[in-house]
Amino acid sequence: MTTTLDMTSTPLRDVNVTLQAAARAQANETYVIANPRGAHAMACGLDGPLSVTIKGPTGYYCAGMNKEASVTVEGSAGPGVAENMMSGVVTIEGDASQYAGATGHGGLLNIKGNASSRCGISMKGIDIVVHGNIGHMSAFMAQKGNLVVLGDAGDALGDSLYEARLFVRGSVKSLGADCIEKEMRPEHLETLKTLLEQAGADAKPEEFKRYGSARKLYNFNIDHADEY
Amino acid sequence: MDKTPQTMPRQSWTFSNETNSEIRRAAATGIYDIRGGGAKRRVPHFDDLLFLGASMSRYPLEGYREKCDTSVTLGTRFAKKPIELKIPVTIAGMSFGALSGPAKEALGRGATMAGTSTTTGDGGMTEEERGHSEKLVYQYLPSRYGMNPDDLRRADAIEVVVGQGAKPGGGGMLLGQKITERVAGMRDLPVGIDQRSACRHPDWTGPDDLEIKILELREITNWEKPIYIKIGGARPYYDTALAVKAGADVVVLDGMQGGTAATQDVFIEHVGQPTLACIRPAVQALQDLGMHRDVQLVVSGGIRTGADVAKALALGADAVAIGTAALVALGDNDPKWEAEYQKLGSTTGAYDDWHEGRDPAGITTQDPELMKRLDPIAAGRRLRNYLSVLTLECQTIARACGHNHVHNLEPEDLCALTMEAAAMAQVPLAGTNWYPGKPGF
Repeated sequence: MTTTLDMTSTPLRDVNVTLQAAARAQANETYVIANPRGAHAMACGLDGPLSVTIKGPTGYYCAGMNKEASVTVEGSAGPGVAENMMSGVVTIEGDASQYAGATGHGGLLNIKGNASSRCGISMKGIDIVVHGNIGHMSAFMAQKGNLVVLGDAGDALGDSLYEARLFVRGSVKSLGADCIEKEMRPEHLETLKTLLEQAGADAKPEEFKRYGSARKLYNFNIDHADEY
Repeated sequence: MDKTPQTMPRQSWTFSNETNSEIRRAAATGIYDIRGGGAKRRVPHFDDLLFLGASMSRYPLEGYREKCDTSVTLGTRFAKKPIELKIPVTIAGMSFGALSGPAKEALGRGATMAGTSTTTGDGGMTEEERGHSEKLVYQYLPSRYGMNPDDLRRADAIEVVVGQGAKPGGGGMLLGQKITERVAGMRDLPVGIDQRSACRHPDWTGPDDLEIKILELREITNWEKPIYIKIGGARPYYDTALAVKAGADVVVLDGMQGGTAATQDVFIEHVGQPTLACIRPAVQALQDLGMHRDVQLVVSGGIRTGADVAKALALGADAVAIGTAALVALGDNDPKWEAEYQKLGSTTGAYDDWHEGRDPAGITTQDPELMKRLDPIAAGRRLRNYLSVLTLECQTIARACGHNHVHNLEPEDLCALTMEAAAMAQVPLAGTNWYPGKPGF
């Protein structure tokens, strides 16, 4: 059964209370949010299996801190979509604004369009697949997880990167401090293959290049001060 | 033959031995000095203020018989569940990682026995502190190390850290020596590497964004938790006003004497304003917005005695937070470890290399053997005792000024010993009815 919540008549607070209760109930129900009109903090803090489809664009922090739920935005998403996501799947049919997937710990963020700057900033285990391009400073201080970009990457990709793995099919305008191109080994191709399949992306793992940390900045060394 | 009298060797004030030692250290290492704690330089402080006490025009309360309330409620603006504290002294945010697990447990035990709150720090929430803290404030920091929605919901309040007094505008660095498997696991980073804490949040920029971020935090926690915003003592009037605009229930204002786990000494000593200079502008901002007492103000940075507490409250704060003093109460810089401080090139009272993880007192370390030196139960009792003394001292002063609640202390109860303190606190210079900048003079 699908329940529809129309935001022309249902306030944000009521929408989130309903969704959060349904997620906690572990009933794996299906919800449709009509007329979101760019509302902020929609479907955030979901903590259980639930399917939510948002019929239109969302504002800041849609699906923030998501756990287990599957949230689809049939439109574009504002800044910080799926920020600090723990698990589950968040799909954006359109474009995503800046900070998409910021600090995410787990789950899959699947962006069918482009993502703006700072995509995957400080990510801590989340997997992000962007079917289009990503903006500057993406994966800044990214710690864990995988960022897959089918298009191009902007300036300073992976600046001050830790252990996150970055895969880009197109061009990279520039790499950030301590980010280098790395060998694509079989285990990376396998990871990439799985993520592309999960995201429904039409691309082959062999078309990508892998980027990661040179690990030169892991412990402070005055001889590396010029890197900044 | 008489010896010709000699002028005594004269040390330079500008190039003192301490200054020269730092020049030599810098020349040898090529790295700036990193240390813990807050500003050590002499700055105008609460010591430069005095209470007037009651006399002909004020009626004092009997010191041992008449009630003087110390309770504080934080988070009355929007939160469904404000925090009720028995005393106006809270424990400031200090991270697990910077501090040992037993130290965090001791802070929780002491604060709980005293009826107040303690606060997490960078690195997330540990079971030690959640389990032993009846009221726990969860810091929401730029690094988001260990940040997860479950802990957010387990917290009693959320403190969005924009800055801190030791380093307004700066991030942090937990050096690899302290990154054990447990610390690294909580932060999703490899063991043994330096862990940088970013200087700004990853997913918002400015107060307009922060307002939306706070909306998200409230939506995730059912609008139950008070939301604090912590700011360093940079531009207290505007920062406080913008924090209110962004939706804060509580503003935490940290002056430059407020401590840090590890930052460049040059940052600690040369960036930010003294606590004393920050309070009145912050209170003025709240008053101009009609929010004084509706948005509570917590002041930190150099609080040591009940007199300091009383003075901060008299200037308009609702509560204070202590960090360094709490660590000293637990056992930090205790003279009984003098021989070991000497081996580390320091001495009792000056030991501040907390980032190295070799703390003889077992507080700012992750070394299992050193950690054993701190008994969290005994240390918690010491903290409780200290918090009790702060409260009793504050009450004593409030009663002497004729107040039956510590919140009734006011600037009119104070005078200043120096021109600087008079100007900063906007209370008259002792023996006058004037302070620099007073309207009409």
